[in-house]
Amino acid sequence: MPWQAPTGLIGEHAIKPLFINTPSITARFVTCAILSFLLISIDHANDHLAAVRSALSVVVYPVQVLVNAPVEAAANVADSMKSRRALLEENAQLRERNLLLSTRSQRYMALERENERLRELLDSSVVFDQQVIVADVLAIETTPAARQIVIDKGSNQGVFLGQPLLDAAGVVGQVSAVGPFSSTGLLVTDPRHALPVLINRNGLRAIAVGGDQSNQLSLSFVSTNADVKPGDLVVTSGLGRRFPAGYPVGRVTEVSLVPGDPFATVIVEPSAQVGHTREVLLVGPRPPQLDDERVSSLDP
Amino acid sequence: MMDKPHRLWVIVLSFVVAFTLTAMPLPAWALAWRPAWIAMVLVYWCLALPERVGVLSGWGIGLVLDVLHGSILGQHAFGLAFVAYVALQYHQRARVYPLLQQAVFVGSITLAYLLMMLWIYNLLGSVRYGLSYLFGALTTAVLWPWVYVILRDIRRRARVA
Repeated sequence: MPWQAPTGLIGEHAIKPLFINTPSITARFVTCAILSFLLISIDHANDHLAAVRSALSVVVYPVQVLVNAPVEAAANVADSMKSRRALLEENAQLRERNLLLSTRSQRYMALERENERLRELLDSSVVFDQQVIVADVLAIETTPAARQIVIDKGSNQGVFLGQPLLDAAGVVGQVSAVGPFSSTGLLVTDPRHALPVLINRNGLRAIAVGGDQSNQLSLSFVSTNADVKPGDLVVTSGLGRRFPAGYPVGRVTEVSLVPGDPFATVIVEPSAQVGHTREVLLVGPRPPQLDDERVSSLDP
Repeated sequence: MMDKPHRLWVIVLSFVVAFTLTAMPLPAWALAWRPAWIAMVLVYWCLALPERVGVLSGWGIGLVLDVLHGSILGQHAFGLAFVAYVALQYHQRARVYPLLQQAVFVGSITLAYLLMMLWIYNLLGSVRYGLSYLFGALTTAVLWPWVYVILRDIRRRARVA
């Protein structure tokens, strides 16, 4: 081997094989490429690889925590720097709000009982109480422009695939990948996400799909003569068997008719702070009555 | 000191740092300009220690990156295997390039890599990415000399072989 490598790269050590076996590199690359495309086609077609993803997410989790740490530290510092007066003020505000909400929930409890009784009379049971997990959203960038969030709860805390994500104001998205310690959530505004909804005012059913704009949804398959007006509240219909019925999704902001198009273009602005919430609620487990035969017959 | 798994942790640590930089939140205007940190670190180790870091390492790291990105499994694995492959093919030449030429070399590999990722995203995903996705190749080239010098110093100091 006549060629002497510059000391800058080869370093201080003894002679190394200068020509690493070139055909074997190509063979390795071809193997890797074939494996990759195999993985891509399997992953694209179905979710058989969920276990692999879940296992690898354990490797990724420390990095996610590491990245999130400064953001969390900054929040902690901001909290501890708050003046006493601001804290007292906030405390008073929260107490007031708490009082308001608990009065409302008292009334809600009575209504719930009444509703249950009436439903019993009608012979249809609905479970209202739902287990809720609160999860922090990690400040993690995923694929550019993809509307995904990473949360700090995983299968160890009882998170499952497809679990609905809510915030205080409405539906945020659903869990799209679960690891033991963390999970990924797909936001409702992602174009890959569709959600069965109904217009609260008249019960008109539709499907809310994420749009190209980062903070809006559109309703698919709303006929041109449908009774939809700007300002209408859109709520989940519970028909997809994933989301419980009755949670607010957003408000209709725009209804436009394109000549020649059989369906109206309906734009919905999500009521949840999709994309910049720090905390989400995971609702579940799936209410048992959704496994009813009547509902499963809705599935194709 | 010449034992086989020699200071592997330095290499692993450099990749952990690269992953951290990749996952770091950035303001919206800077998102498109995020350099391909992992590809950079991978190219460095392929040039410096071609007998230790290669196509298979690139593939495995890419798989982890796919999980971090939430992209389709195998996408970045393929991309980084490609990056490692090209870097290995040219490693003897690229090692002796002056830094500026090296930067162009790394920038072009990154451009090819990002272009492939862009194709796969637009082919299989529903989110459409524009050509701004490729801006990262430029920042990668610009930052390469610093990354190179820093990693070289670390490698020498830690005597990674």
